[in-house]
Amino acid sequence: MAGPPPLIDIRKLCVGFRGRAGAMLPVLHEVDLTVCRGESIGIVGESGSGKSTLALAAMGYLKHGLQKISGDVIYDGAEMFARRPAELARIRGGQLGLIPQNSGQALTPTMRIGTQIREALHLHCALPEGEHATRARDLLAQVRLPDPESILRRYPHELSGGQQQRVAIAMALAGEPDALLLDEPTTGLDVTTQAHILDLLRDLAQSRNMAMVYVSHDLGVIARVCDRVQVLYAGETVLEGPTRAVLHDPAHPYARGLLASIPRLGEKTLPRALDGRPPGPGEPREGCTFAPRCALATEDCRAATPPMLAGGADQMSRCLYPERVNEITGDQAGTQPHGCPEDSPCALDLAGLSIRYDRPGLFERLRGAARPPATVDGIDLHLRQGETIGLVGESGSGKSTILKAISGLLPPASGQITLGDGTALPLTVESRRPDQLRRIQMIFQNPDDSLNPRQSVAEILAQPLRLYFGLTDSALRARTVELLDTVRLGAPYLDRRPGQLSGGEKQRVAVARAFAAGPEIVLCDEITSALDVSVQAAVLDLLNELKAAHKTAFVFVSHDLTVVRALSDRVAVLYQGRICEFGPAAVVYGSPSHPYTSVLLNAVLTPDPDHAPRLMADDVTELAPPAHGCPFQRRCPVKCGTICDTDTPPAQQAGDGHVIRCHIPLAELRAKQTG
Amino acid sequence: MLALIIRRLALGLVTVWLVSVIIFLGVEALPGDACTAILERDAHGEALAKCREVMGLNTPALTRYLDWSGGILTGDFGLSANGQERIAELVGYRLRNSLLLAAGALGVGIPLAIFLGVIAGLWRDRWPDILFSTGAIFAMTIPEFVAATILILIFAIWLGWVPAIVLTPADAPPLEFFPEFILASTVLTMLMIAHVMRMVRASMIEVMAGDYVQMATLKGVPYWRIVFRHALPNALLPAINVIALTVAWLLGGVVVVEVVFNYPGLGRLLVDAISDRDLPVVQAITMIVAITYVGVNLVADILSLALNPRLRSHQERGA
Repeated sequence: MAGPPPLIDIRKLCVGFRGRAGAMLPVLHEVDLTVCRGESIGIVGESGSGKSTLALAAMGYLKHGLQKISGDVIYDGAEMFARRPAELARIRGGQLGLIPQNSGQALTPTMRIGTQIREALHLHCALPEGEHATRARDLLAQVRLPDPESILRRYPHELSGGQQQRVAIAMALAGEPDALLLDEPTTGLDVTTQAHILDLLRDLAQSRNMAMVYVSHDLGVIARVCDRVQVLYAGETVLEGPTRAVLHDPAHPYARGLLASIPRLGEKTLPRALDGRPPGPGEPREGCTFAPRCALATEDCRAATPPMLAGGADQMSRCLYPERVNEITGDQAGTQPHGCPEDSPCALDLAGLSIRYDRPGLFERLRGAARPPATVDGIDLHLRQGETIGLVGESGSGKSTILKAISGLLPPASGQITLGDGTALPLTVESRRPDQLRRIQMIFQNPDDSLNPRQSVAEILAQPLRLYFGLTDSALRARTVELLDTVRLGAPYLDRRPGQLSGGEKQRVAVARAFAAGPEIVLCDEITSALDVSVQAAVLDLLNELKAAHKTAFVFVSHDLTVVRALSDRVAVLYQGRICEFGPAAVVYGSPSHPYTSVLLNAVLTPDPDHAPRLMADDVTELAPPAHGCPFQRRCPVKCGTICDTDTPPAQQAGDGHVIRCHIPLAELRAKQTG
Repeated sequence: MLALIIRRLALGLVTVWLVSVIIFLGVEALPGDACTAILERDAHGEALAKCREVMGLNTPALTRYLDWSGGILTGDFGLSANGQERIAELVGYRLRNSLLLAAGALGVGIPLAIFLGVIAGLWRDRWPDILFSTGAIFAMTIPEFVAATILILIFAIWLGWVPAIVLTPADAPPLEFFPEFILASTVLTMLMIAHVMRMVRASMIEVMAGDYVQMATLKGVPYWRIVFRHALPNALLPAINVIALTVAWLLGGVVVVEVVFNYPGLGRLLVDAISDRDLPVVQAITMIVAITYVGVNLVADILSLALNPRLRSHQERGA
């Protein structure tokens, strides 16, 4: 390759850790990575693919326990792992900046933001110390943080997730870096915040001619910021090429499968799951590592590891048949989500639900101080049997709070929860009868927290069966196996403990536990957000089947609009604990009419470099809903006047049970959408 | 934050009051009273009645409780049963001596424990860690009277640097019982160091594996600066409460060590008072120990609020 030498040049890097038996278990297999000045490269892969390890290795850093086995990591002409500590300290945070995954945890909690930024300046900035305070303010302004002066005085926990991420970016910029390494920098942020941060990073990279190595599991994010993509699978590069080519016409079956497993806004079908799982570190690998999961695999594939071959459109693919990859998708269309007939009987009815977290103290009550507005207010929902209602909104929108209220974990301040047969449910879990408890089950976000690590799968599933149905011995065992079969795990899993299962398997066990009770209503709280996309697709598929087979009604909470779209019959869009828009999913997503829904939908990223999100509103984090008027008044891009601040918006009926709470007349809202 | 401190303070006062009630009732429930203790075998008939008359033991319990607790508020613990000395005077020097002993042990022990804990945490599972950890456990498991006896054997009998037993009166200037002071605080340091050290070690290991330490490394912060600026303040947070418990234990009078070295402190006075059935003195010492416990824990609470910005503003928001 002509031109200047690359900035970062990683050649045949092997990294591993020593297993219990003493053998070296590799997590990276001969991975190459070259980054030139001003170039931005995406590293994509699922959890365990070694993508973060690769990015950190570029800084000459390996996590505790990992060792470099062989290969070179050349930065600026010299091997990183051979440099002295002082030299490394000069490069790290200086020429090479890191933006970590979770800035909330990556900022030292006991140091003020100002101290941490000044520390970076002190270590890496050529300016005299006296000018550091001004420089720190400039940096915060550059990352578009309002009121830098007050941010400098705050502690990390006093900032929102988006603000913390911006501070981390400012800190990396303090060293005037030539290259930024970004380790999933927007994972865990709200869609609007994510879109804003990506925008900022793109601008910064362009204006400073910085190179970027962008690690992410999210192809939508990569599509926004990267020129080239490298796909890792089980510690191996399987595909490398220009972003547009890789996303539109990938020359490797894994990339193709990954793309198909991403739920999309525009599609009415469920995303397709990739069956199987990648080999773990140290597991035997003969031939192509993806062969066991690949539809194209032949005897040649299993015989020897394929070399990197040229595929279409400037891609290099570790596949013997890159030209046949696009054959895979044509024959298997995605499954249709099971709909619910409109005349289906009622399963659950919420009327005027209002939830408060604040508990006024004796002093406040005596003083008669006005209470802050309720966290969640005015929730009316009518859930039919076999129906899925999706609740979407940014963090703090009250969607999980509503689930807690339905399940009785958090008694509402007022309102009624009625079951389909007309029984009014007591508001607290303690006062509900076992049969009432059985009918409503909940699946939690993180199976690591919701499954007892000391119980085997059999014990976990036996609990509800014994409690609600009094099953014992052989009947109990038979039912347990049957449940495992429904979630496609099977009897071999009975004696395993959660620690021996993968993330997707654990979540299946959690689903099986919920269905063990034979529930009428299942509450799902962000149940796929801790999973890889390909695994998420499988769980969505499973829920879809269960819904049809058992006529179960779901309340499905997620911050991911595409996931909600894939599964829901009807959708409620929440902002600050109030429903902004409610209606059939196709209508709400098809012609978003509430300004907040438009803001959300426009910020959604798709794995397509030609599709840019539109940023319509600032990503301000609001801590409490406004006392009067429309909940969205402070961020609304089309606010129509003081009426928004004073009056609660009317519920405008748009037909088909589609309700929009906005002061702007329907016709005008629609015109704004098309215009 | 002020509101929170006031709330904790009020809670502490309630605790002290409850303790005073329990102590008073406990002594009430015992068979016999101060007069039976003073008069011993003569405790019957007229002599007993007269004594009770003089000491005001015939008044109702509530009145006596109010007198007693009112006295404590003004620093007056009443008279001892034996010898009718003023308890405040009797206790005063002993308290000073015990505080000195505690200060000596803490002044050396806490910084040493933190230092060793940090080193052991940083060199986890390597020789400094193994050496310090096993050493600390060893020191902790030796009963204090054994450790004390061994020290006396070495320094008093073999080396002859210090006298084996002091007969210094409690009100002597501290320099006169300096040798015992050194030996006793060495034993106490050995006893307490393991708890604090292991706590610091564990939280140091946790903190050093944390995201912000990795971030600081990749920001190019030199190693020792990471240890002292980024890691240590966070690692100390969980250790504060262990330190507070240790301090309270030390200030509460360390009976065995004081007795073995014949050190004129509060703990030995307590043992003497119990064997003499000097109930007013026992009551007074127990109250002092209770107040110390509450006070030290209050200080620890305030300290962790001051060191932990997360706790601080969370409480502010809650208050």
